[in-house]
Amino acid sequence: MATVELRDIRKTYSDEEIIKGVSLTIHDREFVVFVGPSGCGKSTLLRMIAGLEEITAGELLIDGVRANEKGPAERGLAMVFQSYALYPHMNVYRNMEFSLRLAGMPEAERRQRIADVARILQLEPYLDHKPGQLSGGQRQRVAIGRAIVRNPKVFLFDEPLSNLDAALRGQMRVELATLHRRLGATTIYVTHDQVEAMTMADRIVVLRRGVVEQIGTPLDLYHRPRNLFVAQFMGSPAMNVLPAHIVSVTDRTATVTTGPLTVTVPVHAGSLQPGAAVTLGVRPEHIGLDMAGAPQGLVEISERLGAATLLHVRLSDGRQIVVQTGGDNMNAPDSAVGVTPDPAHCHLFDADGVALDHLAAHPLQVGS
Amino acid sequence: MDQAAGRIPVAAAPVGRPSRARRTGGALLLSPAVILLLVWSLVPLAMTLWYSVRRYNLVDPTQVGFAGLGNYWYLLTDPDFLTALLNTAILVGGVLVITVGLGTLLAVLFDQSFPGRGIARVLVISPFFVMPTVSALLWKNLMLHPIYGVYSAMMRAVGLTPVDWLSRYPLATLVMIVSWEWLPFAILILLTAIQSLDAEQKEAARMDGAGPLAQFRYIILPHLSRAITVVIMIETIFLLAVFAEISVTTAGGPGVASTNLAFLIYSRALLQFDVGGASAGGVVAIVIANIVAAFLLRAVARNLEA
Repeated sequence: MATVELRDIRKTYSDEEIIKGVSLTIHDREFVVFVGPSGCGKSTLLRMIAGLEEITAGELLIDGVRANEKGPAERGLAMVFQSYALYPHMNVYRNMEFSLRLAGMPEAERRQRIADVARILQLEPYLDHKPGQLSGGQRQRVAIGRAIVRNPKVFLFDEPLSNLDAALRGQMRVELATLHRRLGATTIYVTHDQVEAMTMADRIVVLRRGVVEQIGTPLDLYHRPRNLFVAQFMGSPAMNVLPAHIVSVTDRTATVTTGPLTVTVPVHAGSLQPGAAVTLGVRPEHIGLDMAGAPQGLVEISERLGAATLLHVRLSDGRQIVVQTGGDNMNAPDSAVGVTPDPAHCHLFDADGVALDHLAAHPLQVGS
Repeated sequence: MDQAAGRIPVAAAPVGRPSRARRTGGALLLSPAVILLLVWSLVPLAMTLWYSVRRYNLVDPTQVGFAGLGNYWYLLTDPDFLTALLNTAILVGGVLVITVGLGTLLAVLFDQSFPGRGIARVLVISPFFVMPTVSALLWKNLMLHPIYGVYSAMMRAVGLTPVDWLSRYPLATLVMIVSWEWLPFAILILLTAIQSLDAEQKEAARMDGAGPLAQFRYIILPHLSRAITVVIMIETIFLLAVFAEISVTTAGGPGVASTNLAFLIYSRALLQFDVGGASAGGVVAIVIANIVAAFLLRAVARNLEA
């Protein structure tokens, strides 16, 4: 059992408030990812949970016990750092042994534990190596091993994959997810990469400038973004956003127009009247191509990914959108195309960037 | 005293294989510098070797001719020589222990952030800018003088009799003065080394449950080992040749109680006017310096490889 609860946590450096009141409950065995652009305070928040930064205000509860005043070692957490922070003069075995030795664990037990962890992480051949002799992926595994060996209540990861190349990052992502399933430990993971967040998280916490923008499962954030920031941050390629204004409103729909496009979106328009400025958001995979009707834009670039093709289309009003089509789409640059956004998957955001209530939101229940 | 002969580092061989003509041209262009350096170090060495086997006394022109190994025999059987050798060892060893030990602790201290740290750092470095002669005079007359010195005034103020350090404990006082001069150097090198320590490593150690002492023992000290070797090597080279401090404060005395090898050679040549004997001392000093340098370079090379 390991739960972490944040109650209105705040951090102030001299005069500037970096974390502006974060409240969050992390359940046992949950994999929670803090994601956001650089400078959003996600690492600071993690370091406050770890005990490396003081908490200015608010309360941190680990397993229901206040931990604000506890030192980093007493909180029963283990952290994997971005630079791995392995001790360069100790070999892999000593690196993993360090915390156990400081805790005064008997030699035989230490040996047993390290052997177990080394087997799980396939580090057995490298126990005598110094960190300098290992590759990036192996160092990463040692850093994880050093965390696991302590048998902590909660794992903290601070952008652990950002120093690896793309191929290795994908591989380590799978390894981490597998490891989490196997150990079932509560995990808090910080990243700026929304792909890592989407693929590994049970729940994602999107942060911006010290404020939680939205908390939810990956698909929740993807299909039901609460505001424009979350909508644009989650998903790759990013959502198309177009300034639009309302043409007409019924109690179940709002019809908006932007450049050559007119869409009737099933949202609750609230107090918005025809003529109001809104933002239309639609993901590249929710725009269809209409070759029959009148063309609305020109293909500028087509990016062929194999499984899909991304068409960068310049609309007749000069705005550019990205349309995701099948990998066999043969539209060459400069060909004229018509585009049809799927109204059910369009999002409308008011002038403050807050999403309008969607009346046909994605059910999130895959296959039901 | 040309102990420098043994420690000129050998330049690394150039990479690649230029043609014969280019090599000859390059050697030709390099030759003035090389020849100058060779003359600079080889001529004094040769002259020292030559004089060390000659009878050569400045106040007795009748004493000339070949002395064989007589100068060496006279020097090595002189009890003063053994004392000087021991004093050199004590001086080098004592200063090394004090500067490295205290330097490491102070470097850790000055790495912490506290108000006025910038000024404190400048102050702690400043003794290094005082030239040896001046700092020796400073200690002799301003601080430790039995009548006018600051230390004596402090002692008398509380009703104690001041100790005349330089005549009672001449070698220990010299170790103290030279340590004061070299401590800033050790702090400077070790502080920059500490600052290069990855902050995440210290944080990882904190997460692993290491308190300040354990962090120092297991993280900071191993990180500093390389810098400490460099400090030891550089200081040893200079400490073997300490001269000005002795000449200014004790003139090697009382008796030979604070005479090191460098001062012994000086006193042979310019106080006793025995150039032949002094040259023999110089040759012995060169041999010792080279033995030490060989050991140090080997130790450093091993440490820098790891």
